Amino acid sequence: MGEDTDTRKINHSFLRDHSYVTEADIISTVEFNHTGELLATGDKGGRVVIFQREPESKNAPHSQGEYDVYSTFQSHEPEFDYLKSLEIEEKINKIKWLPQQNAAHSLLSTNDKTIKLWKITERDKRPEGYNLKDEEGKLKDLSTVTSLQVPVLKPMDLMVEVSPRRIFANGHTYHINSISVNSDCETYMSADDLRINLWHLAITDRSFNIVDIKPANMEDLTEVITASEFHPHHCNLFVYSSSKGSLRLCDMRAAALCDKHSKLFEEPEDPSNRSFFSEIISSVSDVKFSHSGRYMLTRDYLTVKVWDLNMEARPIETYQVHDYLRSKLCSLYENDCIFDKFECAWNGSDSVIMTGAYNNFFRMFDRNTKRDVTLEASRESSKPRAVLKPRRVCVGGKRRRDDISVDSLDFTKKILHTAWHPAENIIAIAATNNLYIFQDKVNSEMH
Amino acid sequence: MLSKGLKRKREEEEEKESLAVDALWLDPGHAAVAQAPPAVASSSLFDLSVLKLHHSLQQSEPDLRHLVLVVNTLRRIQASMAPAAALPPVPSPPVAPSMANNLLASSDAALSASMASLLEDLSHIEGLSQAPQPLADEGPPGRSIGGAAPSLGALDLLGPASGCLLDDGLEGLFEDIDTSMYDNELWAPASEGLKPGPEDGPGKEEAPELDEAELDYLMDVLVGTQALERPPGPGR
Repeated sequence: MGEDTDTRKINHSFLRDHSYVTEADIISTVEFNHTGELLATGDKGGRVVIFQREPESKNAPHSQGEYDVYSTFQSHEPEFDYLKSLEIEEKINKIKWLPQQNAAHSLLSTNDKTIKLWKITERDKRPEGYNLKDEEGKLKDLSTVTSLQVPVLKPMDLMVEVSPRRIFANGHTYHINSISVNSDCETYMSADDLRINLWHLAITDRSFNIVDIKPANMEDLTEVITASEFHPHHCNLFVYSSSKGSLRLCDMRAAALCDKHSKLFEEPEDPSNRSFFSEIISSVSDVKFSHSGRYMLTRDYLTVKVWDLNMEARPIETYQVHDYLRSKLCSLYENDCIFDKFECAWNGSDSVIMTGAYNNFFRMFDRNTKRDVTLEASRESSKPRAVLKPRRVCVGGKRRRDDISVDSLDFTKKILHTAWHPAENIIAIAATNNLYIFQDKVNSEMH
Repeated sequence: MLSKGLKRKREEEEEKESLAVDALWLDPGHAAVAQAPPAVASSSLFDLSVLKLHHSLQQSEPDLRHLVLVVNTLRRIQASMAPAAALPPVPSPPVAPSMANNLLASSDAALSASMASLLEDLSHIEGLSQAPQPLADEGPPGRSIGGAAPSLGALDLLGPASGCLLDDGLEGLFEDIDTSMYDNELWAPASEGLKPGPEDGPGKEEAPELDEAELDYLMDVLVGTQALERPPGPGR
């Protein structure tokens, strides 16, 4: 795979010299739109940057299909909750694109408490030849107007305008961890630690609570919601994952409050791997339906698992992301790394799954061939247009030349957020405050 | 094997120093300890978990997932430690010796009660009134890990949250008042009534309902310190 340009140029000099990262620039979410033409990123400073894929042109064959900055805007600002004396972070937790219904693009972005609907429009023409105003907009002296003219639209430099169309506030007491747009294109859901709400995209002053796992006595709290998603085709089905590693598939037709699941997906604990940290590492950090809608992909601390919706007892496939960490769990508990939340992604044909790891490594698993690969997203190891070299982590024993030893992994360099183009072999990897976009130029089409 | 270059918050630096004592856990050579579930957990793992819990609760808005996972892990550790009657004297982190020792010395029930009360405290995140702490205004809420000479472990952990509310927004407390929580508080002697929690549970149901005059008195207690000078009693 070749590498596309890293477009966050602001902090390059910082990184090279001091390993200092501007916190506000840390990317917190990455999401392709439904065609893959646009790629949105959100960061800790509340900003959203949208990249657009350049159409392939014969004049510059080398720049076919590269992503350039399309629009940047401030989505969320830090807020202060006066009642509870709490600062609400502006960090963008999730972005989800709405299916495109007209010339404009729309996306939902959310921080811990508030979801916003943004509309992105292009303006490439402007009217000229007003009767009452001159070119600068100043009112004309009416005595100079002797004839009427019809204003005409003249081309202008492309301007991308972004405006907040809806603000869905005050729906959540706890921190929002996920949002998901329904296939009906009219509703969406937002989930926090204990509750899930259903919203209509056009109505901001009301939402319906569809899941509530808050116990009557907070002393009895033992489990929280960690992620949720609507089924891609069935608008009545959604899934949510928990900190205990279970998945619950719910049917909104069954009851208004979906506290009772239709299906519970849970793998029994492996007695040979039991430890004090069993529960923490089983906590599901991300859940994604396959494009086909038949499978679900989950990520816990050490593995990614594929579940068949028709089988609740156990996953049909389990892939080890970094099993060499199993013996280091205590240290990872001490430095809090064990609580890191990694995301996972399907490719367009559901044949390959991808997830991030430490040391700026990310992993891909081919479900058909059962082969897997570890790649690194870093400036040092990949120049633009170079082919990524597979990496290997050695756990002792025979060590090859370019292997990294477990003990020299950098746990501050985590790839938490990744995204895969819906149709092509293009992936977006967020490494702290850098965005990497990799393309498979040899095999552009999906297998 | 600690992560390199990890930016730690100021409070964490004290923890870091104290935990360096337990280099045992940080040595990858001792991976075996984590691999096979030990029959009895090292009390340093217990201390570590308690510190994590404390640190998590000190946040103005705790990360609920982190909190729940730490509490559940702590319960597992505690459950495995229960059979071991005599806990060996641990190289406790010097920063929070009193709190950790308090919890170690307490019975299991008391520890569960402490943790339970901590979790109950989270219900106040929803905007419900905080149970009034008559002595909470005796000094600034201790935000440091060890606290300023904490006399009661549980109160220390609850301290920052209640102190925060009382310091900043008294008006907000009156938004919706759940009087059932105050029943025991009102009648408890000042030196004792500092541990809201499951012990109050049965008491809540049994206590007589507050009448208007008692509610007024309660308001005065919350609003001003001059209330402390009045002799406690029903009505005025």
